[in-house]
Amino acid sequence: MKKNPVHNRVSKLAVPVLTLIAAAIPLLTSNTYYLDIFIKVFIWTIAVSGMNIIAGYTGQLSLAHAGFFGIGAYALGLLMTKAEMPFLPSLAIAVVLTGLVGSVVGVISLRLKGHYFAIFSLCVGVIILLIIEKWESLTEGVRGLLGIPIPKIGSLEFATISAQYYLILFFLILTLLVNRRVIHSLVGRTFLSIRNSEELAEALGINVMQSKILAFVYSTVLAGLAGALYAGYIRFLGPDIANVEHTFDMLLYLLVGGISTLWGPLVGTALVTVLMQWLQSWQEYRMIIFGPILVILVMFLPYGIIGAFVRRKMKRQWEQEMQENSIERPGMRDQRLAGGELDA
Amino acid sequence: MLKAERLTKRFGGNTAVNAVDFTINQGEITAIIGPNGAGKTTFFHLISGFHRPTSGRLLLEGKDVTKKPPYHMAKIGVARTFQTTKLFAEAAVIDNLMIGHRLRTRSGFWDAVIRTRRYRTEEEKCREKALQVLEFVGASDLANRPVASIPQEAQKRVAIALALSTDPKLVLLDEPAAGINADETNGLADLIKKMKQAGLTVCIIEHKMQMIMNLADRIMVLNQGTKIAEGAPEEISRNESVIEAYLGGAHHAQAR
Repeated sequence: MKKNPVHNRVSKLAVPVLTLIAAAIPLLTSNTYYLDIFIKVFIWTIAVSGMNIIAGYTGQLSLAHAGFFGIGAYALGLLMTKAEMPFLPSLAIAVVLTGLVGSVVGVISLRLKGHYFAIFSLCVGVIILLIIEKWESLTEGVRGLLGIPIPKIGSLEFATISAQYYLILFFLILTLLVNRRVIHSLVGRTFLSIRNSEELAEALGINVMQSKILAFVYSTVLAGLAGALYAGYIRFLGPDIANVEHTFDMLLYLLVGGISTLWGPLVGTALVTVLMQWLQSWQEYRMIIFGPILVILVMFLPYGIIGAFVRRKMKRQWEQEMQENSIERPGMRDQRLAGGELDA
Repeated sequence: MLKAERLTKRFGGNTAVNAVDFTINQGEITAIIGPNGAGKTTFFHLISGFHRPTSGRLLLEGKDVTKKPPYHMAKIGVARTFQTTKLFAEAAVIDNLMIGHRLRTRSGFWDAVIRTRRYRTEEEKCREKALQVLEFVGASDLANRPVASIPQEAQKRVAIALALSTDPKLVLLDEPAAGINADETNGLADLIKKMKQAGLTVCIIEHKMQMIMNLADRIMVLNQGTKIAEGAPEEISRNESVIEAYLGGAHHAQAR
């Protein structure tokens, strides 16, 4: 397949340049407030890119993701406090556990389609929240889970905020790299074909249910990873992190940034989070500004910021291609014209 | 090759397909015709696994495949198209086609993440297959065009190419010539003949009689869910009950 060389170069440079900038930030500022915002953006981006896989690429709107974020967070918190396990194994188990719960939920809920699936998954999210809140003997309920130890890998202790920053940045980059590979692969194409038409995908020999479950489990794994990283960073957990409103925050980030785009989750999360912080002094009234901005965005950029950008680029590329084709063929067209005249 | 034995489908009290016996012979073009609502598409859904028959059996090359899901039918060599093409309009033709060969690949999630050797060869295989079927249907120059920008007739060809990319033995075409003009219909008929020459077995639902009469080796006529005639095109065109079903009866015509 032909690709625009300029576009190729830009997208190849974007990753290392962004990585360098992100890596340099703690060196440029030691302001904990800024670093804290960055870290939260990173964590939520991981969760949102998970949501993007199932809701964006596979077209199944899952609204259980705050619940899975909660499972990941509590699993890590409980393993580190009550089982006194070290950070890395706890992280791994937390992620795997979230995936396991995800696969069970997926097998049941993905039997439903469209709105029914969305509503069912929303209910699953609420149930997870309730379990976390009411299972006091395990989770400490509304009192919250206190005293999660500082994450340590070997002799490396992530005690400072900039150390935490690098730890979470590492997982963000890993997530984006893996996502890019998955999306631009036969597996990603399989997801897209399901979003496009389940019937057609099925007729082409794709086991739609199996692929949907794969997408769902992977998306919950990312939500669990984000939750576990959050628990290791904040080191205090309340059931509120699994609250359904976080699911809608994630959906908002995804829509603003651009659903079904690789960079949409990062751009959306960063933009909305920063905007929210910026308008913080307005307290409850910030929604008066935020609401209309959102309405305007949905009206003029229905595919989100990155979505609009990608569409414009694709359109330009196609126009270019059409032009090239018509330049290649003037001889043929002349012939046809000449033939037409002869016929007449 | 494919054999249906007393295949029946009921939706509640409504019998859409009623005890139809039907065979598709290897290497032939078989057509299913009938008035609107005769149960043609339901019958297609039955033999491609999209509907489970209420009763009756379905055999493919002697094996019972009555309750197999559609993706399994595709894997054992039954490909189909839809009345509406269902292509992904915003993506390029080639991107639509690459998924067609996915059922013949085995790479999973981890192959894609690590980009194993198997994954790379399989992706290349899918791309090659896509280009190959695109050439077969005569639309190679459209590979990089978005589906939304190509004409209806070309979209039909791409939809057929997609079915072909699954490496089928039997291709089921659901009204491939709907919504295209006479010239284009001829072109499409040529393509279907070419598929037969390439050794494929074709089963086709179509309303355009002239096309069917020239194309089909055998025709089955459905009316109100029941088979009313089966045979070569010449027999069908003389068959009383077929004329009755289509024109409302010979005596009506005479009364005028």
